Amino acid sequence: MHLMYFTEQPMSAYPADEGLKFGATALMFSNKHFDPVAGSRLYNEYLEHYRLAEEVGFDGIMLNEHHNAPFCMQAKCNVFASILAAMTKRVKLVLLGNPLPLADNPVRLAEELAMIDMISRGRLVSGFVRGGGQEQLAAGVNPAYNRERFEEAHELIVRAWTQPGPFRWEGAHYQHRVVNPWAVPLQKPHPRVWIPGVVSKETIVWAARQRYPYIALSTAIDATKKIWELYDSVAAEAGYTAGPENRGYLQRCHVAETEEKAMANARQFMWMQGEFTGLAHPVWSSPSGYFSPSYRKAFVEYAVGRRANPRGAEFEDQVRDQQIIAGTPKTVITKLRRLLEETRPSILGFWTSDGFVSNEDAATCIRLLGQEVLPAVREMGKELGLWSPFEANAPVSIAFAKGPAPAAA
Amino acid sequence: MTPVTATTDMGWSTEDIRLTGSTLRLRKGGAGDPIVVLPHDIGGLDRLSFYDALARRFTVYVPSHPGYDGSERPSWMRSVRDVAVTYQSLLATINLANVSLVGLGFGGWIAAEMATMSPQAFRRLVLVGAMGVKPVTGEILDQALVSYIDYVRAGFEDQGAFDRLFGAEPSTELLEQWDLNREMTFRIAWKPYMYNPTLPHLLGGVKAAALIVWGAGDKIVPLECGEAYARALPRSRLAVVPASGHFVDMEQPEALARLIVEFAAEG
Repeated sequence: MHLMYFTEQPMSAYPADEGLKFGATALMFSNKHFDPVAGSRLYNEYLEHYRLAEEVGFDGIMLNEHHNAPFCMQAKCNVFASILAAMTKRVKLVLLGNPLPLADNPVRLAEELAMIDMISRGRLVSGFVRGGGQEQLAAGVNPAYNRERFEEAHELIVRAWTQPGPFRWEGAHYQHRVVNPWAVPLQKPHPRVWIPGVVSKETIVWAARQRYPYIALSTAIDATKKIWELYDSVAAEAGYTAGPENRGYLQRCHVAETEEKAMANARQFMWMQGEFTGLAHPVWSSPSGYFSPSYRKAFVEYAVGRRANPRGAEFEDQVRDQQIIAGTPKTVITKLRRLLEETRPSILGFWTSDGFVSNEDAATCIRLLGQEVLPAVREMGKELGLWSPFEANAPVSIAFAKGPAPAAA
Repeated sequence: MTPVTATTDMGWSTEDIRLTGSTLRLRKGGAGDPIVVLPHDIGGLDRLSFYDALARRFTVYVPSHPGYDGSERPSWMRSVRDVAVTYQSLLATINLANVSLVGLGFGGWIAAEMATMSPQAFRRLVLVGAMGVKPVTGEILDQALVSYIDYVRAGFEDQGAFDRLFGAEPSTELLEQWDLNREMTFRIAWKPYMYNPTLPHLLGGVKAAALIVWGAGDKIVPLECGEAYARALPRSRLAVVPASGHFVDMEQPEALARLIVEFAAEG
């Protein structure tokens, strides 16, 4: 198994009552509510948590980025990945990921990622995402071409990583006279690419066609099983058999010394009204052209208040469905066993704390996970045959038969 | 969509016209000199009392914009000029010459682009609350930031007029259509949003007489854009319609039709 540590890097110092008053904590919720003094403190606390996660035995650190919202302070995952490339020694740096459609110059992204791969001595896993709906607006990027830009930027980046330059790129959304980035990745043929997601069928299908592992983000167990059914069937059509090495899951999981404390802290996962992306504005989170056409009716009704957020659910429901797990190491291990048995992922991210969980409790949670939970999960993984892409030496993609390895000296 | 406003039969018919690169749905009715009405970004209601009022004097052609109102999406289109060129092609295909153009809101922008492409081709140009020109002090209301209903409601001074036309709570079916139309608008007018920075420089060459009409209470496109059009078009004047928002054709149909009929009759 590949066990990762994750935090959204919440800007917990922001005045939550102001967000409730405004009715949304995204896009146009004023950044006058951002406190850079608290921001500086929090960034450095989060760096210490990453350092601790490596120390207690996590295999990877998962990073992401979001924009114009307090739920995530990380505005550029490549910045933290660069810092961690030098600060850590062993953990994989798993970016889930760079929002490709927001990039106007994917070649620049390819260069940055290559630098991170070299500085970390080949520890980069470079995931890609479409970016949230409101982030298309934050970046001024056309939501109607989101998926086209995602696919084209991906193709360009993989070409820039694998095909010696210079070459010319004349695409529908990107045109480059000269593609010839001086920095190229250490890992050959290129760093692993993992694709995270929640609801979009199109993304699952796309990831399965590429043979990229898909990382389900805190979906309920039944929904996760449906994701794997779809992924596996597309894999079969593409000519390979998908297994645990293609499956990842991000589990919200808070551990404390007592059940009560763990459950109280786990409620902080709902600090944004249970939304991953904060108190969403229905119009900004679902701009026309961004969401899957098969969900048009649902999103249109949501946008005018005729339907609850298709992405939202209550705390008690999420605990019942194990989207959120909390407790002492012992209780948590039992619940994780159910997750592993029923959905068989080999990549498991632990999203440990959120919102206003204290620095001390967040660190305790990481320690308890490392000391008691991770060893037990590893044993379960062996017993259930959940070999990670690294352990299975799985191909990097459908285009390349082998797993990545460092370039020969 | 079901017409809400009572209409008399003006011999309206609908035809799909196949052009290179797209298919256009074209409605035609009335009798008299030809006049082409280019509708709003929210798409068109099939029957409006405004169209009937025009049809009493003109042969009225109302196309659905390519990719709007459920028509086949021309996925290659990238700009409002692409739409304008497509309409030039439509006029050639149905062999219409010396027509007058009436552009409503977003359709006004398309009409203005068409006029700059063929400075002598059009008999009269009527721009009603037209997008296309960047306001200096105000902003064009950005539909990316407001809901489908709020956007359309913003275009009415009298909310009762909205209720009568679309229902106080528009159907989900209509909202889906507005969403599809919004997506097509994003595809061709996302950035810069709803204007073309080169258009004011090109309007000076237009030979056709132009009437610029603005709802006094237009909250979607500021009146200053109407003033800018009036300054840029050599043979133009501006008429402000009281008791109307952006959708003058839906809020003051008779007044707008009268302005157009009178304008057409001028020497």
